[in-house]
Amino acid sequence: MKPPHTLAQTRVPAQTWSILIDLAVILCGLAFFLGIIKLGTYWMARPMPAIVISHSVRALPLYAFYSVARIAIAYLFSLIFAVSYGYIAAYNRRVEAWMIAVLDILQSIPVLSFLPGVMLAMMALIPSHQLGIELGSILLIFTGQVWNMAFSFYSSLKSIPREMIEASRIYRYSAWQRFWQLELPFSAIGLIWNSIVSVAGGWFFLIVCEMFAFRGTNFRLPGLGSYLQTAASANPVDTHALLWGLTVLILIIVATDQLIWRPLIAWSDKFKFEQTESATRVTSPILSLLQRPNALTHLPARVWGGMEEHIYHRLSQTRECRIVQPIDDTIGKRGKLLPLMLAAFAAPAILWSLFQAYLLLRGTSWAEIRLLLLGAGATYLRVNASIAIAALWTIPVGVTIGSNPRLARYLQPITQVVASVPATALFPVLMLGLIRIGGGLGVGSIALMLMGTQWYILFNVIAGAMAIPSDLKEVATVYHFTRWQRWTRLILPGIFPYLVTGMITASGGAWNASIVSEYFHIGDRTLQTLGLGAQISAASDSGNISSLLLATILMASIVVTMNRLVWRRLYRLAETRYKLEG
Amino acid sequence: MQEAVIPSAGQTTVPIPATAPAVEAIIRAEKIEKYYAQPSQNRILVISATDLSIVPGEIVALLGPSGCGKSTMLRMLSGLSTPTAGQVYWHEKPIASAEINVSIVFQSFALFPWLTVLDNVEAPLQARGVPADVRRDRSMKILDTVGLDGFEAAYPKELSGGMKQRVGFARALVVEPEVLFMDEPFSALDVLTAENLRSELLELWANKTIPTKSIFLVTHNIEEAVLLADRIIVLGKNPGHIRTDFKVQLSQPRDRTAAPFIELVDYIYKVLTKPDEVPAEAPEQQAEPKPRDQRQHYQMLPHSRPGGIAGLLELLLDKGGRDDIYRMADNLSFEIDDLLPIVDAAQLLGFLNVEEGDAVITASGTEFANSEILRQKELFRDAAVAHVLLLRQIRLALEAKSDHTVPEEFFIDMLNEQFSEEECERQIETAVTWGRYAELFDYDAGHRRFVLPDAQDEEVAASEDAE
Repeated sequence: MKPPHTLAQTRVPAQTWSILIDLAVILCGLAFFLGIIKLGTYWMARPMPAIVISHSVRALPLYAFYSVARIAIAYLFSLIFAVSYGYIAAYNRRVEAWMIAVLDILQSIPVLSFLPGVMLAMMALIPSHQLGIELGSILLIFTGQVWNMAFSFYSSLKSIPREMIEASRIYRYSAWQRFWQLELPFSAIGLIWNSIVSVAGGWFFLIVCEMFAFRGTNFRLPGLGSYLQTAASANPVDTHALLWGLTVLILIIVATDQLIWRPLIAWSDKFKFEQTESATRVTSPILSLLQRPNALTHLPARVWGGMEEHIYHRLSQTRECRIVQPIDDTIGKRGKLLPLMLAAFAAPAILWSLFQAYLLLRGTSWAEIRLLLLGAGATYLRVNASIAIAALWTIPVGVTIGSNPRLARYLQPITQVVASVPATALFPVLMLGLIRIGGGLGVGSIALMLMGTQWYILFNVIAGAMAIPSDLKEVATVYHFTRWQRWTRLILPGIFPYLVTGMITASGGAWNASIVSEYFHIGDRTLQTLGLGAQISAASDSGNISSLLLATILMASIVVTMNRLVWRRLYRLAETRYKLEG
Repeated sequence: MQEAVIPSAGQTTVPIPATAPAVEAIIRAEKIEKYYAQPSQNRILVISATDLSIVPGEIVALLGPSGCGKSTMLRMLSGLSTPTAGQVYWHEKPIASAEINVSIVFQSFALFPWLTVLDNVEAPLQARGVPADVRRDRSMKILDTVGLDGFEAAYPKELSGGMKQRVGFARALVVEPEVLFMDEPFSALDVLTAENLRSELLELWANKTIPTKSIFLVTHNIEEAVLLADRIIVLGKNPGHIRTDFKVQLSQPRDRTAAPFIELVDYIYKVLTKPDEVPAEAPEQQAEPKPRDQRQHYQMLPHSRPGGIAGLLELLLDKGGRDDIYRMADNLSFEIDDLLPIVDAAQLLGFLNVEEGDAVITASGTEFANSEILRQKELFRDAAVAHVLLLRQIRLALEAKSDHTVPEEFFIDMLNEQFSEEECERQIETAVTWGRYAELFDYDAGHRRFVLPDAQDEEVAASEDAE
């Protein structure tokens, strides 16, 4: 018996275009299938590490397809890994602290310094197929995407309300049911937003990963990134190709936003853990289109429904579903074996790699070390300068946008798209401009860092300004606060937690960006400046592995230390003194 | 009933009665304790060694100040939390390895916002591997029982607080739990909704609409506990321990304004506000006399005349107060079928008892037989009003009405529920005969109305004037 239409269902307007939608869905499925075949044949072909990148515009669609495929696969791997990692960390108290510390460190390591190493390793692993090289790039993109999703899933799991966990226990949910009905839906919103950030970061790395030099040899993968880089490093610069490449890139990003992210965000409203309806909701016409009954909705329901019943029936026989599992017991049981196993595996590996590292670094001179430290200092200053400049303009703009809901509704989606465009794709254009002006890379790199990271701060400031409760604003009006008072007493403290979050992300992004912004191939020249990022790139270019290792260790240590000393403290301040609700 | 025992130093408890429960307890906690470990290796004792049983057929309320460990106690009893010491038994098996069947209704509803009402209610059945169509049926039925028919496809966001808690109840009851635990289920609702849900819960419980054998309620609302519970346990804090445990004998539905209710609430209030004193004994609760059930069965009036009753009793007295009924019939040349109604009538009025085929005259019967006419009428009147529902009703109705008349139809209506049309007529006839004889009332055949006899009419009017 079909339940009568209720409020939930009447929101979707009823129209009669179901055939068109079905057709569209079928076409998409077909395209997807064809894509997989094409990708498979390409990957299984003989490896071509230094493929010649064509400049013609006609090659663009294929290159775009390859790039999108890499990002999509890397994202899928990241999602699965992030969910598993977060799950294990959240439910095993013994390993939890270690896993989160590892997450922290891995998040701070500059991904791009591992570019040559990972590529070479993967090529050695699968020498006979293109797959090896592809896997290398996918792995690199993966390492840039996975950590924030893992952290988001982990913190969502830890903040599930206690009574819902108790309900799932007393009614004897299996781990499977709990995952699909409680844990995943509760974390869905966080995962979706972090996915958007991750995919944007993925593009950032992809552009760089697809073409790089190591020990004089050039490595190139067919894709949008290498296309843009080739166009930029041609002599003279192929502006026509560059512009076309950028256009295609922006089109892809806009399409991703409209066809994937916006429907997902609109759909994720369902998972909002609010007890009442909220006034502002993101709408997406694509979502409404897909939610109407069509082949896409009927088919999975029937197939999946039958399988699901079978699974639940089998699960109901297990111990977990017949006996109530007490909540405080789970920590003890799983915790003992896992850390021992991990320690057993990790210890010899760590010792071996430490030994190798020692061998490698034995030959470094003090002069080298001094140079590295100088470079570190320079980059440090630049990173902080870029954050300061970014804050300077994003705070006023962000507060203005955030305080005006109508403005926010128009501008927020646009800023989202603009922020997703990878700065690394725009670097060549910027560099050209910089050379015209005649500025050096010393200041230019700050501009480049800004481009990549100011959006994080802007987003967070907008969100913070929107979150200031209206009654506090009314107090400011009623008591006639001066502008100065408004800012120092209300706005800045109000957005402080969000500002700190944005700055932490921006700082991490700036350090990563320094590797590509302080050392640049353009035309036939190589621009560089004094900085740790430049030193890493230069070392990678020339194949000086010991230098590379040392510089990477130095950068990672600085980032981790900054995290602990500065950002962690600020974050704690934000959580305690400046938190708005109790 | 509690035994007053000199408490050992530091304890402020009155021990629970040692009388062994007649029925096997569903859940029995034996010396359970709960410690919470601090990072600094200090252990905080949250609940000290406690014994508690939950037996079938009662609603138990656990009252206590905030922070005394009521919720912890509930979680230990339901198997959600393992006691640090002691053991909880489910039908005498350790709860950690038993397949228990309990549900919890939560204070914050604990519904899953991304599932519809129906999905929320079906989820526990899904966990038990119940097939989809059976699941659906059971869920729809229980939603109907809690009054949410039509809301299956709604999301919790769209419901009010009261409706959300109804979904909580539906989910808890769909698995047909043996014990229903409730953790402050009504404290997040407004007063009227809470009242509503409480009475609906009591209805479900009293009518046995739900197969739940026992309800365990944790609350901080004293009135709620006294309204609902058959047994109240008051918990003290630091560490959590039972201070008093007594039965509530007020009959349902309970009146908030009745004196015994208020007395009980006061008593509990005093216990709670004086955490350092040993609680006094619970106040004696007179089991309130059950209000006369108006839907009692009408006795079938045997069709015999008062004169016949009088005669029979005189004969019986003559024979020494006891005679075999069949021999009597023989001696009088009566058909046994003709004698029995007279015997029945006399028995109904309490004038004789039938023991092993013998009619034995009672004291009142003896008095009746020995009295002269007017006294006999009096005795008859008293006996009739005391033992015969119909006559009592007619008399009361007549006295209540200002014009002291009542149409016959009124009583025929009620008799019709038990007797056929024909029998109703005969019952009225016999009632009229008896009533006239006893001078309880008179009958106006023309208007088919009962009336008060004239003499008494004046009496009643006089007494009313005097008031």
